[in-house]
Amino acid sequence: MDFSFSEEQTLLRNTIQSFIQDNYDFDKRQAIVKSEEGMKQENWKQFAELGLLGLPFSEEDGGLNFGSVETMIVAEEFGKGLVVEPYIQTVVTCGGFLRRASANIKEKYIPGIISGEDIWAFAYAEPQGRYNLNDLTTTATLDGDNYIINGYKSVVSGGPWANKFIVSVRTAGGQRDSDGISVLIVDKNSEGLSIRDYPTVDGSRASEITFENVSISKDELIGEEGKGAELIELIVDETIAAICSEAIGAMKVLNDATVEYCKTRKQFGQPIGKFQVLQHRMVDMFMQYEQSVSMTYMVNLKLDEEYAERRKAASGAKVQIAKAAKFIGQSAVQLHGGMGMTDELNVGHYFKRLSMIENSYGNIDHHLKKYSTAG
Amino acid sequence: MDLAFTKEDENFRKEVKDFIDKNFPQKLKDIDKRTDLTREDMLSWHKVLYKKGWIAPQWPEEYGGTGWNITQRYIWDQECANAGTTPLIPFGLTMLGPVIIGFGNEDQKDWVLKGILSGNDWWCQGYSESGAGSDLASLRTKAEKVGDHYIVNGHKTWTTLAQFADWMFCLVRTKNDGKPQEGISFLLIDMKTEGIEVKPIITLDGGHEVNEVFLEDVKVPAENLVGEENMGWTIAKFLLGNERTGIAGVARSKKAVERLKDIASSEYLDGENLINDSDFNSKIADLEVDLTALEYTELRTLAKESKGEGPGAESSILKIKGTEIQQRITELTMEAVGHYSNPYLTPAFERQGSNYLTIGPDYSHGVAQNYFNTRKTSIYGGSNEIQKNIIAKMVLGL
Repeated sequence: MDFSFSEEQTLLRNTIQSFIQDNYDFDKRQAIVKSEEGMKQENWKQFAELGLLGLPFSEEDGGLNFGSVETMIVAEEFGKGLVVEPYIQTVVTCGGFLRRASANIKEKYIPGIISGEDIWAFAYAEPQGRYNLNDLTTTATLDGDNYIINGYKSVVSGGPWANKFIVSVRTAGGQRDSDGISVLIVDKNSEGLSIRDYPTVDGSRASEITFENVSISKDELIGEEGKGAELIELIVDETIAAICSEAIGAMKVLNDATVEYCKTRKQFGQPIGKFQVLQHRMVDMFMQYEQSVSMTYMVNLKLDEEYAERRKAASGAKVQIAKAAKFIGQSAVQLHGGMGMTDELNVGHYFKRLSMIENSYGNIDHHLKKYSTAG
Repeated sequence: MDLAFTKEDENFRKEVKDFIDKNFPQKLKDIDKRTDLTREDMLSWHKVLYKKGWIAPQWPEEYGGTGWNITQRYIWDQECANAGTTPLIPFGLTMLGPVIIGFGNEDQKDWVLKGILSGNDWWCQGYSESGAGSDLASLRTKAEKVGDHYIVNGHKTWTTLAQFADWMFCLVRTKNDGKPQEGISFLLIDMKTEGIEVKPIITLDGGHEVNEVFLEDVKVPAENLVGEENMGWTIAKFLLGNERTGIAGVARSKKAVERLKDIASSEYLDGENLINDSDFNSKIADLEVDLTALEYTELRTLAKESKGEGPGAESSILKIKGTEIQQRITELTMEAVGHYSNPYLTPAFERQGSNYLTIGPDYSHGVAQNYFNTRKTSIYGGSNEIQKNIIAKMVLGL
């Protein structure tokens, strides 16, 4: 057993750290968030130059053939910088689907991701579906050589920046059946697709997407028709592993900032960090962080295990990370006092991002149920 | 001991309910109560109540109070919360009013109380400083007596709604030797005085409620001192005790739980309403049990108060439990709306011409901002850690 990182992995971490240092201090991040576009194309180009956009793809597809541990390193360091550019959405989630697609699809789309030309988003959630990935009312019916898509997708993360979407649709079966779900690639410019973009509370952007008789070639199907549920669950678990990694990066920054603040902030003639009640709170924050790191390593190492094992790993990690995100986020604000409540200080922004991570791809209740029924 | 309402109580309930139904300004019903209220909006309900003579139920009758007993005051609060009335601005009514009644001179009782009751004077609270938060007594804003004036220099922060204020009640240092608590005085400062600058602080939810107030050679007439010079700490503590009682917010929390249940009845989980999910439902039940306990703790405190006792250190219980419950309600509400807590639909974006209001269900708007904003409640008015210290020292004698 070994939890150490290889030289190559450390090098990767250093690369991202210096990117954050040079391009993503808090002021620069806020300027990006407040800009009209809400992300910085220049940064995306740099991700491409650094090879980050090709990280998980096979060498055959033009990528670096790295695994989940490397993705974890990237996401963790991005979490420390509160990076808003849609790396996880494009490379981990949509890239995950594309890696498992037919040779034709791979050839058609993966080079555009690796070069930085295309940004992708995963449109899966629906208003009635909550966190159930199979609860789908968006339908696709085959008409000759084309699928005709009708329906609605909610809060598509990174939607405003994407030019391509991967969409989960129902091609057969009842509203919540696992059979009859298919995965389709849809170009943003498709006729009948309308989109409304908006900012999100965590500094990112998202979209509502309506499909009205959107017609796409049946060649844009990933995997087998009607058999998409398993693939979606796998990709979502890989995404959860990446989001957990992002979360531990954000938690680390909050914990360090809080300890530092309590060492310097003086009240009653001494640093407030001398008060035992605050010390214990910071110890709890630290322990929550360490437990989260453990679960994040664990899930990233178990993504290739058989279903029940992977299910428990991903749901278990998400539960731990959600609990810790809440506790650390709330405590960091509390211990910073009024300063923690301000827009000016970075603490509130980490808290907001962690709060959204808490519920993304399933909240605690959802994953406890998944865990307990995994077998 | 008796929990039942009398027939008179029920008649009273009907009377106030009718009054609220008929007189609560229509305009306030139609706007989002959380964001974008103007100064006039916030005062419009105040002015209606002033006209009716119901603006200050917590004051003695001779100073403009209603003469209601505690049951009636409880009913009033409940009915206001049920009707979702805009909260009244507390700085004059809840905080300064009782101070002036207890410590002010006749002249102050006249002009200060009149201005609070009528709503003509908007007060803000000049307490915290960047170096004096939980340790309020370490404040450094200085007031020097020169002739018949005080010259005030310093910097206050977290001053809620100072952007609208006509006046500020302010803790200042008038003596530097001895214990820090011994050199503090309580001054009333006209916000229009030369040398005062108000700068906004934007909070993490994007709102503008709090401000920094800079005071440079601000001339304050000596007659604006409340009580004796250097007895400000006694007044400050008295005021904070009153602030904490009001902070429990039981009636409004009950209303917020109702709203949470409505949302959970509209949201779906696997085709069923979320409210029928046993995990979620037991979290609501747990919350309601805590809220019921707090309600009766508050009633016991009020009953004591009506006999002239308190509010003592018990008010710290109300502050801690009240704010914890408020925070949990916002947490669960955010959980209930699921994905739609993330869209950030600010009035500023709406004004840019985009119709963001059509994104997600109506009830999801502002839910996350409210959760973020409510984190302040365990920090302000003496952080919850400080409240626990007060209970440990004053009640348990530790």
